[in-house]
Amino acid sequence: MSRTEGTDTSPFETISDVETSKSARYREFLWDHVVVPLRIFLKDWRGVVGTVIVGTYVLMGTVGLLIFKKPSPNEGSPNAPPFETMALPLGTDALGQGIFRSLIYATPTMLLMILSGGVFAIAVASMVGITAGYKGGRLDSLLMGVSDMMIALPGLPLVMVVTTIFAPRSAILVGILLAINQWAGLARTLRSQVLTLREESYVEAARVMGAPTYRIIIDDIIPELMPYILISFVNAARAVIFGSVALYFLGVLPFSNFNWGVMMNIANDQGNALVVPAYRHTILFPMLAIVGLSMGLVLIAQAADRLFNVRLRTRHETEK
Amino acid sequence: MKWIYKRVLQAIFTIYATITLTFAMIRLIPGGPMDYLRAQIRQQGGTPGEMDQLLQAYANMNPSDPLWKEYVSYMVSIHQGDFGQSLFYSASVTEILADAAPWTIFLMTISILLIYIFGVALGAVMAYYESGLFDNMSSIVSIVSNSVPYYVIALIFLFYFGFDLGWFPTVGRANDAVEPGLTFAFFAGVLNHVFLPAISLVLTSFGGIALAMRGNSIRVLGEDYIRVAHLRGLGDQRIATRYVGRNSVLPLYTNFLISIGYLFGGSVVLETIFRYQGLGYYLFEAISARDYPLMMGGFIIITVAVVIAMLIGDLTYGKLDPRAEQGDSHESY
Repeated sequence: MSRTEGTDTSPFETISDVETSKSARYREFLWDHVVVPLRIFLKDWRGVVGTVIVGTYVLMGTVGLLIFKKPSPNEGSPNAPPFETMALPLGTDALGQGIFRSLIYATPTMLLMILSGGVFAIAVASMVGITAGYKGGRLDSLLMGVSDMMIALPGLPLVMVVTTIFAPRSAILVGILLAINQWAGLARTLRSQVLTLREESYVEAARVMGAPTYRIIIDDIIPELMPYILISFVNAARAVIFGSVALYFLGVLPFSNFNWGVMMNIANDQGNALVVPAYRHTILFPMLAIVGLSMGLVLIAQAADRLFNVRLRTRHETEK
Repeated sequence: MKWIYKRVLQAIFTIYATITLTFAMIRLIPGGPMDYLRAQIRQQGGTPGEMDQLLQAYANMNPSDPLWKEYVSYMVSIHQGDFGQSLFYSASVTEILADAAPWTIFLMTISILLIYIFGVALGAVMAYYESGLFDNMSSIVSIVSNSVPYYVIALIFLFYFGFDLGWFPTVGRANDAVEPGLTFAFFAGVLNHVFLPAISLVLTSFGGIALAMRGNSIRVLGEDYIRVAHLRGLGDQRIATRYVGRNSVLPLYTNFLISIGYLFGGSVVLETIFRYQGLGYYLFEAISARDYPLMMGGFIIITVAVVIAMLIGDLTYGKLDPRAEQGDSHESY
């Protein structure tokens, strides 16, 4: 059979008669990967509550600074009880600083730490995980070997040892340090997702058509991983909150700003709040702030998991 | 077999890398630990020659030697189990850590076992009654558990059950009044001391495992092979354990390995809060006192404990999932 005869019948030679413009494709991408997932996400009460909680903290850390003035020592008597005066709604700490405003002034650095640590973790995790999963072979073994080593390093002690030697003061640096081995676990999970994705027929088609590897990864692999990357970001963020507050509470990191961990440290060391029941609020309110923010993040991760869990997602689509 | 060798080699390599890292951190950072150590030792007085000897004794490093020689002697002493002298406790680091390690391993083993038993069981039941009242309630409980840092629960329990009610001791790891030995009184004291730290970890970690297990089980329940198994007329018991249970637990394995490192790392905070004299407690004391030999020794031993625990986890996983032993090699694109 000669190739010249059947040119217009061969499926490989057909040219699509529908022209899709760049903007149409762009809109389609937005619809598939932003609008629909967002709708599913917000249909879940956990997604809504989580977004509201995290949004409140973001407002606290931005607008809150403009409304409330910076707390300073001896604004009231030390360890004043909460819910007594409007000026000091949550009472004062052992230094006489208003707790309510201290909580607000601790938010921006915390958000900065979360952002820097989370971005660092998912950036490294995505690069390592996707490359290892997609390329496979020796590169995969090498990258996963390095990740396994990082997983085995106990994160908090490592950070403590490093920070006693370097004593970082910048919130961004603290965030990155705390995420220093967070990426490893995420890279492993991303890799295992890519391992199944790379065998999908549409990815194979792109490969056969000779699309460059970076295009396949950007166009076909990463969009499918988005919910997972979001969950990874949230988990890394939670780890950064837990870690940084613990280190400030123990007094390992140098106090340079307001921080919930620093407040807990002051309550425990200077106020002896653990032993004296009347001073408990000085340690309970900062702990409540931590739990609130991390709960917002966990709820977002839970709702995002719904995007990823195919079975739950199909159920949603058939319900429509 | 080849898979096992690979795992063991990797574990050994990780330990070497950690030791090298600690060496580099002590020795190579200008104005870092080495200078600090020298200043600490200088306060005790002595000629420069004596000072080098003292440095050798405390940190296994002699700064007048060339770097490679220092590295080799550091490695050799660590292999001989010599981690130097603690400045703060004026005792051998090895003795301090050998005394502390079993307590941390004890606390962590109990906690990890309870977290996984409780988390996996709850997650499985939640998936079985999916979207029911029990599932919704437990989901909320699990989300709360997952959002609370372990040290928050630890502090609340410490002041409530420890200081206010006086039900549990607030300090230490065993009852000092009782002679250590195979007696009931001694064991009761040990359990009494370990209860609050362990329960703080369990209550704040089972939620994440339960949610992951629930998600996995729901995914597996939708698979075709479960339907086939039902059609084959297999018993519910067998389907629940062999088909659903096993396949949903296996993906938790990565979580398990990560949580070993996370929980051992968390021992620094937890043991400091309860003044439970384990590895984490001494590591923190060493950090506060800038006791570099004890700090580096503690860090190395915690890492070794994690690496060994992960290796055990790895080897048992090979028994559960035969695919792991074949090793996963994929075509390279």
